[in-house]
Amino acid sequence: MSDQKNNDEEERISGWQSLIDNPFLLLFIGVAMPTVFYIVWGIMEIVNVPVAP
Amino acid sequence: MTSFMPPADRNWWKVPVGRQELIWIAIALVWCIIMFLMMPLWHVYGKQNLSTEAYQTTPAKFGAKVEEMIGKYKVGEEAGLPIVAPPVGSDVYMLGRLWQWYPILKLKKNKEYRLHLSSMDWQHGWSLQPDNINLQIVPGYDMVLKITPDKSGEYSVICNEYCGIGHHTMVGKIYVEE
Amino acid sequence: MAEFRVCPDSGFYFHKSAESLMKVNAVVGIVALLVAGLLALGVVLTRWQEVHWLPADTFYMVLTAHGINALIFWIIFFEMAVLHFASSTLLRCRIATPKWAWAGFFLMLIGAVMNNVAVFSGASSVMMTSYVPMQAEPHFYLGIILFAVGALIQVFVFFGTLVVAQQEKTYDGSVPLVTFGAITAAIIAVFTIASGAIILIPTFLWSIGYVSHIDAEMYRVIWWGLGHSSQQINVAAHISIWYLVAGVLFGARPMSEKVSRFAFLLYIFFLQLASAHHILVDPGISTEWKIFNTSYAMYLAVLASMIHGLTIPGAIEVAQRGKGYTKGLFEWLRKAPWGNPVWSGVAISVVTFGFIGGITGVVMGTEQINLIIHNTIYVPAHFHATVVTGTTLTFMAITYLLIPVLFRRQLFLPWVAKMQPYVFGGGMTILILFMLGAGTMGVSRRHWDMDFAGAAMAFEYPAIAYTLMAVGAIGGVLGVVGGGMFLAVAVGSLLFGKKLEPSAGILESFAGKPLAASVYNIDKPEVLAMAPKLKEEHHKGFEAPGTFILAMLLLVTFVVYYFINWKYLASVWPLG
Ligand code: HEM
Ligand SMILES: [Cu+2]
Ligand SMILES: [Cu+2]
Repeated sequence: MSDQKNNDEEERISGWQSLIDNPFLLLFIGVAMPTVFYIVWGIMEIVNVPVAP
Repeated sequence: MTSFMPPADRNWWKVPVGRQELIWIAIALVWCIIMFLMMPLWHVYGKQNLSTEAYQTTPAKFGAKVEEMIGKYKVGEEAGLPIVAPPVGSDVYMLGRLWQWYPILKLKKNKEYRLHLSSMDWQHGWSLQPDNINLQIVPGYDMVLKITPDKSGEYSVICNEYCGIGHHTMVGKIYVEE
Repeated sequence: MAEFRVCPDSGFYFHKSAESLMKVNAVVGIVALLVAGLLALGVVLTRWQEVHWLPADTFYMVLTAHGINALIFWIIFFEMAVLHFASSTLLRCRIATPKWAWAGFFLMLIGAVMNNVAVFSGASSVMMTSYVPMQAEPHFYLGIILFAVGALIQVFVFFGTLVVAQQEKTYDGSVPLVTFGAITAAIIAVFTIASGAIILIPTFLWSIGYVSHIDAEMYRVIWWGLGHSSQQINVAAHISIWYLVAGVLFGARPMSEKVSRFAFLLYIFFLQLASAHHILVDPGISTEWKIFNTSYAMYLAVLASMIHGLTIPGAIEVAQRGKGYTKGLFEWLRKAPWGNPVWSGVAISVVTFGFIGGITGVVMGTEQINLIIHNTIYVPAHFHATVVTGTTLTFMAITYLLIPVLFRRQLFLPWVAKMQPYVFGGGMTILILFMLGAGTMGVSRRHWDMDFAGAAMAFEYPAIAYTLMAVGAIGGVLGVVGGGMFLAVAVGSLLFGKKLEPSAGILESFAGKPLAASVYNIDKPEVLAMAPKLKEEHHKGFEAPGTFILAMLLLVTFVVYYFINWKYLASVWPLG
């Protein structure tokens, strides 16, 4: 009975909490976000500056 | 003492959040959205927005355009620098190099010009005083902005990006006439 | 073999190898602060135009060294100690691969020394930003690269320790909030260091002739991935310490684990985008990129900071009210231990970081408002409120806590320690406020001469700008005195502080040597249990009404100051 209850509790751990409890997933997201939005997008902006006529 | 202990509830995400925090988060979020919207709104309704027009260039190429403009519209000299009065609405050039802003410009009040800025060598900081408009001048890039001087008088352009030992002597001029 | 000791005063467990690493990182960091503080004197006494102490070449050399030693070496060394503390000590876990951590530490040390040698030889006065195409000597860049690689290794040892703790089940439930804050800092550190590597390695190759050209704009964008994100490491680290101090001094619990952790999560997602603050008046970058990045995708990281700004003092207020300080709105605050430098340091840090650093940062990071602020002395004023009265003062405060706990020495000259946060915080606040004012008048940063001596054409700042710089400089000198007080207490404690453990001798205190073997008498610390549950309590009103008032005060200041700056912007030449 009490086992049953414990299991239920574990199952109900929310997705947000599993994310926050997973440092390596966070590491991936935390590096990917600025790499994509800041670095990669930024480099594309610079590369696309046209050459002066 | 839970800041350095594991949370009291294994399932801490499910613990309800207090009213005070929720209210504060709501207020803060609204403020964040307002601040975010201010930027696009200013692009629509405000008058001070930096253009994103720019070209890749080289010191030689940019320098040639500066000289061409000086050749056509030079009206005088001051402190060894040419003073140039280009026509209203035209392409106007100013370059930064160790350690001067070149040439001196003479513009008409309330008229729009296409100002091109670039550096011949290191990075410089184009800082218009006393109005206090500041731009980063990067070698290899021709930055184009439409400016409309709306007050007449004598303006100085100082350099506010460190550019070596003579950095503090890098002072240029723009005259705005009625 | 027993490798752990428990501090009888605090109850914190220390693993022998981790302890030594914390000590060496912290001590070397403090040495870097000493260097930076001495140089700061040269900087302020030159920028105070009536004194105008150093000649131009020395000034730029000193300013380069001041920036790098303070911002990079002091802070990052200290942060390594914080990471080891937040993993090994807080999780009661052995440190993973201590040999690698030592290797990382020595790389950092070699890199820091190498870079300083390059700067003080005089041919690398390029400022910490080292914008190309101005060139420093090769070992300037190599020093920073080695330092960064070493830091990265230590960061990975931190992640390794988390894995060990999880596998060996040294704690129950989720990691403590402070550790989660440290994880946030470590994640940001990885991106920071990677950006640094991407740009500084080619730049180093360029300085020795293997690469012919580095695009100046490309350099700026990627360098600021390093330069600005490293400040976000600081934010995450010092906020974690605020939570720690709230717990240690007041027994405060976070008002909500969910809210505080979610706020850190927002940092992980969005904080680093703010590197764009430095690119707002650069050529050729689109408005969309600027707005999205400078606003951390709709100011979500600012939201996170505003959350911490409520929950940290809020948690303290709740704890204090629980102890019976319930009179009025602010008895809990008046009855805080203002004579304890750990608390006064953190308190001053919270206020100056929030009210000055935070607000000015968001204002000048607004795409258009940056036009009237970029590269003025307003910018260093802003970041002295974040990185000096914010991070540095917090690190000083935690040092007062760690001297007995980690080094097992009593504080030397406790009365100096008691005054130190007020002198340092007060002096720096004067410097900051007056330089903010001068920046608004257009005074340039990184500038040797407000008189423009030797310029072909004259320009004069209004007289008030000189006054602002002078008063600011007096505050700066006071700040240097406050910094000296900190160093006197910290170094003095390690040398002469009363020993709390029979063997806490000079070597044991200063560096790698742990305490006497007999102190390490624990094989395996008790598993770190979850915090005790509290009885469910139902509050009709707010739990922390005083804090709410303070938070509203912050918001009102913020709103007013924000729109004042738009108004100022509207007065300059139209451009588009
Ligand atoms: C101890 C008291 C301190 C004083 C009086 C002081 C003063 C100053 C001043 C006046 C400047 C601006 C100079 C200029 O741009 O012309 C400056 C720059 C700077 N300071 Fe400090 N500072 C102090 C401590 C610190 C600390 C603790 C840090 C970092 C944790 C720090 C980091 C910096 C950085 C990064 C710069 C910018 C350098 C550059 O422009 O490249 N300072 N400091
Ligand atoms: Cu310059
Ligand atoms: Cu300059």
